[in-house]
Amino acid sequence: MGNLLVEEKKIVIPGEEIADGMDFLPSVGTFREGEKIFANRLGVVSVYNRVIKVIPLAGKYRPVQGDIVIGMIMDVGFSGWSVNIGSENTVNLPVGEAVRERVEMLKSDLSKFFDIGDIIVTKILNVTKSRIIQLTMRDFGLKKMRGGRMIKISPNKVPRLIGKNGSMVGMIKDATKCEIAVGQNGYIWVDGPVEQQIKVEEVIKMIEEKAHTSGLTDKVKEMLEKGVQT
Amino acid sequence: MKRPDGRKIDETRELEAKVGIFSKADGSAMFRIGKTTAIAGVYGPTNMYPRWLEDPEKAVLKCYYDMYSFSVPERKRPGPDRRSIELSRVIKYALMPAIVLKEYPRSAIKVFVSITQADAGTRCACISAAAMALADAGIVMKDMVSSVAAGLVNGEPVVDLSKEEEDIEGTTDIPIAYMPRLQKITLLQLDGKINPKHFREAIKLGIEGCKKIYDVQKRALKEKYATDSIGIDGE
Repeated sequence: MGNLLVEEKKIVIPGEEIADGMDFLPSVGTFREGEKIFANRLGVVSVYNRVIKVIPLAGKYRPVQGDIVIGMIMDVGFSGWSVNIGSENTVNLPVGEAVRERVEMLKSDLSKFFDIGDIIVTKILNVTKSRIIQLTMRDFGLKKMRGGRMIKISPNKVPRLIGKNGSMVGMIKDATKCEIAVGQNGYIWVDGPVEQQIKVEEVIKMIEEKAHTSGLTDKVKEMLEKGVQT
Repeated sequence: MKRPDGRKIDETRELEAKVGIFSKADGSAMFRIGKTTAIAGVYGPTNMYPRWLEDPEKAVLKCYYDMYSFSVPERKRPGPDRRSIELSRVIKYALMPAIVLKEYPRSAIKVFVSITQADAGTRCACISAAAMALADAGIVMKDMVSSVAAGLVNGEPVVDLSKEEEDIEGTTDIPIAYMPRLQKITLLQLDGKINPKHFREAIKLGIEGCKKIYDVQKRALKEKYATDSIGIDGE
């Protein structure tokens, strides 16, 4: 019978031993060497049944198939765009996945569809084993965003910002009358009256800072109400 | 034997480590051993430029070592020189075995280390600081890297030489970088003369010193997120 050497929800550093024994299974953020399981990044230990994983506390966004993300166009090429989605590399978005109509690629300038600096909502179609990422915009609600501003937060804090079934972000939307789109990569697009945009940015930064504390919903509510009065 | 500053032969200087000192870098750390202070910032993984140097199988690690003008008694001319280029390379190869570069194909990981105050053992302080900064940046690693110098002062093996000891005639300096879990040495240099018996003793002392530094690194990394341990997954 193996034994767990680190309690659940404790912080581990790379190379730290988590468990000893073959009856535990290493998952994301861990690896097995001999009979022991070690962490391979800085994070929090999570044990589900006998599967051990380490939830990262830092690091860049790791694309997962099917994630809806927000990206910024970094470059316009002959057959597509380079998009920054906050992952390690800029990602390619081919014309065929972005535009419905047929485009003569040699004759037309692709910047008439998306130009450098444009913000798009896009979906990750596939992540290959050699970490080539494919994007698509052929789905409901995937489009270019006009106006507004972009806010960046750590991708690890996105679940807290969204809340249960989108309760947290819904609350902010209702209180500020702003349009908000949250990407899984921690990029957030906000549009609305300028003062309200600033308010939203303040609230989001507060959520990022205090993501680990309990009673966050009340704090956000309080902050939003204060903002409406002034 | 008495050392100039009254330390025992297996005693390192005072250690201090801090993680997350810069907000703009992806990962950062400070490491102080005695008067030697190193700061490290890590960027990445990001796109590799120039593009033709990128590796489709693994990430490229880049290291930049720098010493501030005011870090030494006599002003150092700023900018890269022969010594700092060599040390950048030494630090790069000391860190490389610990990082799982295959996780990040076609990317670059950039490590910037600077010495704000120098009192011998700067490359070792840099490696210890850089390893913490890499972990803070969330980069996938097999192990941490801890580093300290060992050596021979007045014919006796000691750990963690100070500048005063280094300047004594006939001193041998052996910088060691060590991976505590894998129990592997990633950096071993030797400057001076030493016989095999003393060499083995010095290595042993160096490894013990590295283990002490590892404990300090571990504590510093956990301290940064001390309050984060609750409710990370929940709600």
